[in-house]
Amino acid sequence: MSDNIIGAAKPRIDGPLKLTGLAKYSSDNLLDDMVYAYGVFSSIASGEVTNIDLSVAQQSPGVIDIFHHDHFPQLFRTPSSMEQENKVDEERLPFEDNQVHYAGQFVALVVADSFENARAAAYKVKVDYKTSPVLANLAQAVKVNGTQLHQDSRNSRGDPEPAFQSAQHKIDFTYVTPVETHNPMEMHATVAAWSGDKLTMYDTTQGVVNARNVYAKVFGLSPDRVEVITPFLGSGFGSKLWPWPHAIAAAAAAREVGRPVQLVVPRQEMFTTTGHRPETSQRLRLATDDDGRLVSLRHESISTTSTIDQGNNPYVESCGKMTQGLYSCENLLVTHSTTGTNRGTPTSMRAPGAAPGLFALESAMDEMAIEAGLDPLEFRRRNYADSDESKGLPWSSNKLREAYDQAAEKFGWSKRNSEIGSMRDGNEIVGWGMATCNWEAIRRPCDARVSLRADGTAYASCATQDIGTGTYTIVAQAVSQVTGLPLEKIEVELGDSSYPSGPISGGSWATATALPAVAAAARKALEELKSYAVSERGAFVGAKADDLSIENGQLKSADGKTVAFAEVLKQRKLASADGEAHTGGAPTDQYAFRSFGAHFVEVRWDQGISNLRVSRVVSAIDVGRAVNTLTSRNQVEGAIVMGVGMALFEQTEYDHRNGRPVNNNYAEYLVPVHADQPEVDVILLDYPDYKFNEFGARGIGEIGITGLAAAVANAVYHATGKRIRELPITMDKLMDDVPQAQQA
Amino acid sequence: MRNFAYQRAGNVTQAYTLHGNDNSADFIAGGTNLIDMVKLDIMRPERLVDVNLLPLTEIEELDDGRLKIGALVTNTDLAYDERVTTRYPVLSEALLAGASTQLRNVATTAGNVMQRTRCPYFRNPSRPCNKREPGSGCGALDGINRNHAVLGGSDKCIAVHPSDMCVGMQALGATITVEGPDGPREIPFEEYHLLPGDTPEREHDLRDGELITHVTLDAPIEGAKSHYLKLRDRMSFEFALASCAAVVALDGDTIREARIALGGIATKPWRSHEAEAALKGKPATEATFQQAAEAALAGAVPHRDAAFKIPLAKQAIVRALSTVTR
Ligand SMILES: Cc1cc2nc3c(=O)[nH]c(=O)nc-3n(C[C@H](O)[C@H](O)[C@H](O)COP(=O)(O)OP(=O)(O)OC[C@H]3O[C@@H](n4cnc5c(N)ncnc54)[C@H](O)[C@@H]3O)c2cc1C
Ligand code: SF4
Repeated sequence: MSDNIIGAAKPRIDGPLKLTGLAKYSSDNLLDDMVYAYGVFSSIASGEVTNIDLSVAQQSPGVIDIFHHDHFPQLFRTPSSMEQENKVDEERLPFEDNQVHYAGQFVALVVADSFENARAAAYKVKVDYKTSPVLANLAQAVKVNGTQLHQDSRNSRGDPEPAFQSAQHKIDFTYVTPVETHNPMEMHATVAAWSGDKLTMYDTTQGVVNARNVYAKVFGLSPDRVEVITPFLGSGFGSKLWPWPHAIAAAAAAREVGRPVQLVVPRQEMFTTTGHRPETSQRLRLATDDDGRLVSLRHESISTTSTIDQGNNPYVESCGKMTQGLYSCENLLVTHSTTGTNRGTPTSMRAPGAAPGLFALESAMDEMAIEAGLDPLEFRRRNYADSDESKGLPWSSNKLREAYDQAAEKFGWSKRNSEIGSMRDGNEIVGWGMATCNWEAIRRPCDARVSLRADGTAYASCATQDIGTGTYTIVAQAVSQVTGLPLEKIEVELGDSSYPSGPISGGSWATATALPAVAAAARKALEELKSYAVSERGAFVGAKADDLSIENGQLKSADGKTVAFAEVLKQRKLASADGEAHTGGAPTDQYAFRSFGAHFVEVRWDQGISNLRVSRVVSAIDVGRAVNTLTSRNQVEGAIVMGVGMALFEQTEYDHRNGRPVNNNYAEYLVPVHADQPEVDVILLDYPDYKFNEFGARGIGEIGITGLAAAVANAVYHATGKRIRELPITMDKLMDDVPQAQQA
Repeated sequence: MRNFAYQRAGNVTQAYTLHGNDNSADFIAGGTNLIDMVKLDIMRPERLVDVNLLPLTEIEELDDGRLKIGALVTNTDLAYDERVTTRYPVLSEALLAGASTQLRNVATTAGNVMQRTRCPYFRNPSRPCNKREPGSGCGALDGINRNHAVLGGSDKCIAVHPSDMCVGMQALGATITVEGPDGPREIPFEEYHLLPGDTPEREHDLRDGELITHVTLDAPIEGAKSHYLKLRDRMSFEFALASCAAVVALDGDTIREARIALGGIATKPWRSHEAEAALKGKPATEATFQQAAEAALAGAVPHRDAAFKIPLAKQAIVRALSTVTR
């Protein structure tokens, strides 16, 4: 048994495949007889299609069929259920009727013999619309329709209002975050193929099992008639968790034309029809006593959803979820409301809820600290929560104070001069800010299979996915840990719904969920192998299975004799020893499981040219055990960069007059480029959380982005004296002498 | 993208002959701008005439000290040419501030001069736009216009000319040579791009069927130093929000000669004679630079989201001048 493979820095085992182009992504699947689909996307945001003129498009070269609301098969809606694993965010089916809810909605689908011909014909489809009044943004929607409140029992305790009124120090501010769009490198794509009534989907999904279940419902098939295959994903950041209309449209079209269909969503429409992080408006009311202890904490948020889902089962951006328990406070209120806009359906984006939520909370904590006359770090220390007060449970493990200490030390926080604009370096004013990060740890049920094979290798499979994060590698590490076989001898297959049922790659729970199942399956395979070894013709015939131990891919008896797994199998003329296992979710009634951390950020503001940049980030993260320190560090560093984007750049703009997206392309929707990368220093605290699972790992994909934007905003305040409560923090919000804009 | 015919020209005469003047053809050089627009369905050429084989890839120093740049010289080759880096650093800096390495490696001098605006309403065929479809209205004037012009706009169009290279050339002074069935013509760089006025669809003084063959830079100003400063939201790979090309020659502490051109804020690569007048003969001080900046932006119009570009452009001017006179 090798002790140190868990927690080691191992390069991705699938790296060579990606580097050499052998890794097949969804749209790399070019099936025999395949044809191509391209959408016609609504140019209006609200109204209805009154006429579709296909006369020119149908004459276009290579066109096979053109689908639209009057020419599309009848399908079934699927109820959206996390528990049944058939979750969708946009319940409306494509081409269900002639109604238009958002710009970018599919209004027709051209199928042709090539991608180019399909696109050329799509441009020739002439659609007439009748427009209706539009709800272009949160403010307009609240004004017209108000909000819908979503209840959650853990949302309140004590009596916040009187505590606020009688408190010594208080703040009351509203924070706003814009729509952000996931921009994974790989565009959403589907290759759909039917063989009789069996559907195969090469699909860009973060959840092959969920996708399979959804497609089975939509097409009225039993789940074993559907196979969803996603061995590699060019990431998703949440946008590929649940199926979107294009995949359903591609599958329906494939059945209608009787040939496999490939559909790739163009980049522009990834801003409209495949989800986004919704716009939020969050009111924070905080109050402290004289000692800087929170006596009242209220976090009331509104997020936008689509008019399609509002009133039904809308996606809720749970901004206050971390607020419920992150700090100690007797009097608390957290509410979540939604309002429907003419935008596509929003969805989870890396650290849903917490990313915008902690921007607001951690900005407010900074404002509160200043109001109470305390150092922001000291203020947070004073309000450390010994237990999860929202659940009334102790933490399984909480090393937040150590994260504060280590990051502050490395950053040099004690050298901070708290006076605004006091730290200068040439033309630049230096600002220092910090924030807490926080994310809930979840572990769900999972199945896995492991085989020890006669050729000396092991094989593991699970219907979870590697979305670029390193899941292949850590599954192999788990098998190696249990069997003692080296990584090179372990083959891992993921991303096929026909494998044993595994988790979605989301919520930072894939690692915590899949690894225990893989380890249990590996142990079962070893038990099987031992039973072969001790029985007739076996390598250890006559020995007791329980007396055999495992050492470096060999069985070892009490008297020190070792035989390699492969030899054991060969002696019995067996191809493999197999194990399958099912593991449950984490028990939720004894402990509260969360990951914690802290970001310390340095910004530089060159006032003479209004240039703001993030120059340095030091973060300490407590996620239990980091299974692979290379891929873990990579996740946190990537999340920090994404947090810089959230703080300074990212914003999907919609025309306030008609709700149409404006910057829906990769040149004008800004994300950080190399030149924007700060110097990043990530400290991974290493406190395995064995109450959570046997590997002590709580998952690491999302926590790094939480709090980062607030730490930047707090540093910006320290540099400039300007408190920016509306993301992104662009130069125009920091400039002093902007003239009054002219009304056109 | 709609289908088109593709033809390749072997020499200049063949190129403009193949192109013709019936509005059905476009030249294609690096293709980095053209193909984008064809894919977006906002340019719909029936034929493309590929000019990449034309012998217009040389940079040549003329006897009078000018530098003659072939239309097909790539942005990368031009930026790193020693004659450019030593005698016209502002141009090298402007080129390298633009786009990305990959794009600059294929983007050509003529293509850069001819690149079209990034106005999002222009770039979406379902939006109103006077430039793309005269008379349909301007989506940007009352819409989202943070990336739009504060100088040189009209009530028909406020789209920015997005080039960095052209701002450098505008400051240096240059001549554009074009050739068509009526023979070659020379157009002063400053007169090449047109203000939108009532006809935003007319962007430059090139007739259908004519081809750019060269851009010739004026001889450098004796003793001048130059610098390009580009301001934007992120540090790289973004078009300018405001930029300034400054060319300054000093006599002691006095400004003998100055050229100021601005990018990211105007409907064409913007030469500011007002700023230059405010600089000439004045001491090279922050106060002088400030006055030049005020003069340059005196006529600026603060549209809805673009008002901040007025102070930002002033900052670009002041900092560029401070840097170049340091
Ligand atoms: C993502 C992105 C970012 C960019 N960022 C920047 C930036 O920051 N700054 C910047 O300045 N630019 C930027 N650019 C624009 C880039 O500089 C231009 O696309 C490029 O210079 C165009 O050159 P080309 O040779 O590829 O032109 P093409 O695309 O081939 O042609 C462009 C136009 O010029 C015409 N044309 C080409 N050659 C001739 C000729 N000889 N005579 C007459 N007409 C001709 C074509 O018909 C076409 O209309 C960016 C582009 C992209 C795609
Ligand atoms: S600014 Fe010019 S290019 Fe943009 S929409 Fe208006 S007319 Fe068209």
